[in-house]
Amino acid sequence: MKPADKPDPESETTGLPGLHSWRAVYLVVSGVFVLWVGLLWLLMKRFS
Amino acid sequence: MTPLDYAVLFATLLGIAAYGAWCTRDRRDLNSYLKGAGQTHWFAIGLSVMATQASAVTFLSTPGQGYESGIGFVQNYFGAPFALILICIFFLPLFRRLNVHTAYEFLGRRFDTKTRLLGAALFLFQRGIGAGITIYAPAIVLSTVMGWSLDLTIVCSGVVVIVYTVVGGSDAVSLTQRYQIGVIFAGMVAAFFVLLAKLPAGLTLGDALTVAGGFHKLQAVDFSIDFNKRYTFWSGILGGMFLALSYFGTDQSQVQRYLHGSSLRESRLGLMFNAVCKIPMQFCILLLGALVFVFYQFERPPVFFNQTVWNREVQRATDGKLPALEQEFNAAHAEKQRLVRRWLDARHAGDPAAETAARSEALAAYDRSESVRSRTKDALAAANPALDRKDSDYVFVTFILNYLPHGLIGLLVAAFFAATMSSKAGELNALSSTTIVDFYRHVIRRDATDRHYVVASRCFTVFWGLVAIAFALFARMSENLIEAGNIVGSVFYGVPLALFLIAFFIRQISGTATFWAAVVTQVLVIVSYFTLSIGYLWYNFIGCAACVLLSLILQAVIGGPKPAATATV
Repeated sequence: MKPADKPDPESETTGLPGLHSWRAVYLVVSGVFVLWVGLLWLLMKRFS
Repeated sequence: MTPLDYAVLFATLLGIAAYGAWCTRDRRDLNSYLKGAGQTHWFAIGLSVMATQASAVTFLSTPGQGYESGIGFVQNYFGAPFALILICIFFLPLFRRLNVHTAYEFLGRRFDTKTRLLGAALFLFQRGIGAGITIYAPAIVLSTVMGWSLDLTIVCSGVVVIVYTVVGGSDAVSLTQRYQIGVIFAGMVAAFFVLLAKLPAGLTLGDALTVAGGFHKLQAVDFSIDFNKRYTFWSGILGGMFLALSYFGTDQSQVQRYLHGSSLRESRLGLMFNAVCKIPMQFCILLLGALVFVFYQFERPPVFFNQTVWNREVQRATDGKLPALEQEFNAAHAEKQRLVRRWLDARHAGDPAAETAARSEALAAYDRSESVRSRTKDALAAANPALDRKDSDYVFVTFILNYLPHGLIGLLVAAFFAATMSSKAGELNALSSTTIVDFYRHVIRRDATDRHYVVASRCFTVFWGLVAIAFALFARMSENLIEAGNIVGSVFYGVPLALFLIAFFIRQISGTATFWAAVVTQVLVIVSYFTLSIGYLWYNFIGCAACVLLSLILQAVIGGPKPAATATV
């Protein structure tokens, strides 16, 4: 099991429009999480 | 179920299984058998990861949980997005760079053989049990409500999975999972729209949510810091993250799914797809349960949802206590129904004071009807002490059988079995891979041909399939089914996660210190689970933290050689 020579994984392109780095992808995913929690909280407050 | 339902059920399940086996029948070398042809697109990886995690229990038990306790269970998944991001950053690039077949192969590279075998053994033990739960949980519910033989249900669904997993290996699992998850989503969406259509005329979705919220079924987020509560925002973020990190990062049934990708990019995007979709997916399933609760405020629910058991006990008991309780429950329900309608009328009339008063009365009526349900369960338990009091796993399937049109019933039952099969296939494939790569090829038979290992892999798939079936045949579980799986995971996931975290981030700790710290910690976690009353999600964190700490102490005491730099971040 010999490790192959590969480029830095963080430098690999994401291929996503507007999100050119993996850091940006992770930030968006974290932002989506905050959005979900916010929406759940609003749902709870609105209907409790 | 009518012949139409049976036709839909068998055509769906056997068609997908046969198609998967046929398309992947030519997998002859070990690499393609265990890791696939390496051409999988990110969306297929994402669906495969999702299908492996979402077993039939997810779709049977979770709506029941939404019905009974509300949607707070969604917090269990709050840590998952962050765990998946960490896996994309640290775990995945290293697994791909080292070109491993199993996650535990990496442990052998970083530490030594005994630590690799310990990690693999912990996986085989807990996943072997997990595979049993995966097949048992839906079988017990479906066989009870359908009147099928439990043993036959377990054996038939188990054997179909074994056949196509043996034939096509990892590619067969991925291919069939795509279609199975399609059937599952189609079934759940259909159930959702039928449910909305079955709500009383004039009742809007806003009214339905008002009723659900008024009965505390929409308490989605709890920011309190209370270690005795099972689900809070904090236990979800911290405990849930450790559970997800262990499951997605160190459990071979998941690692094998995303190692399938044609490139690092495809694997990462497959995981990010799950990071974004996991919470809304669980929310929708729980909301379905909460809406079934609303539906049953206007339709009379059974006093005990496991109707097969109820009918049997009513026939057996001669004192008339159970029918009397049912009558009392029906009267309490009728009163509650009247008060809920008055509450909604006050809401529609825009009279807040009357709405508040009517809601309080409806809540009091709800408490009375729940009290009757509780006494009914006591009476059932007194009549038959071996009986399972929990009936929430039967809520959703009871609704489906009683209110969905024929044909759609067959599709929903097919969806439950598809979920069982997709999950079990992923588990069997991973159990077989770990046995062959970490034990058989590494310890028992080192120099055999590729063909020999493929044949052995097929044999081990059959072996683990039979173990899961045997466990399911002899299991007797009383906990809510989805929680049973999560509890086993929480008790056995913390230590394997610690092994990987040490391997990735603490280079000065040797294999010997890690191995003994892991053994001692695992024993302590098991003892703690049986003696303390801590919410089970915390055991992921406790097991992981204790193992890391103990390995640091042991390393300071015994010393040891530094590991190879190639296997660390």
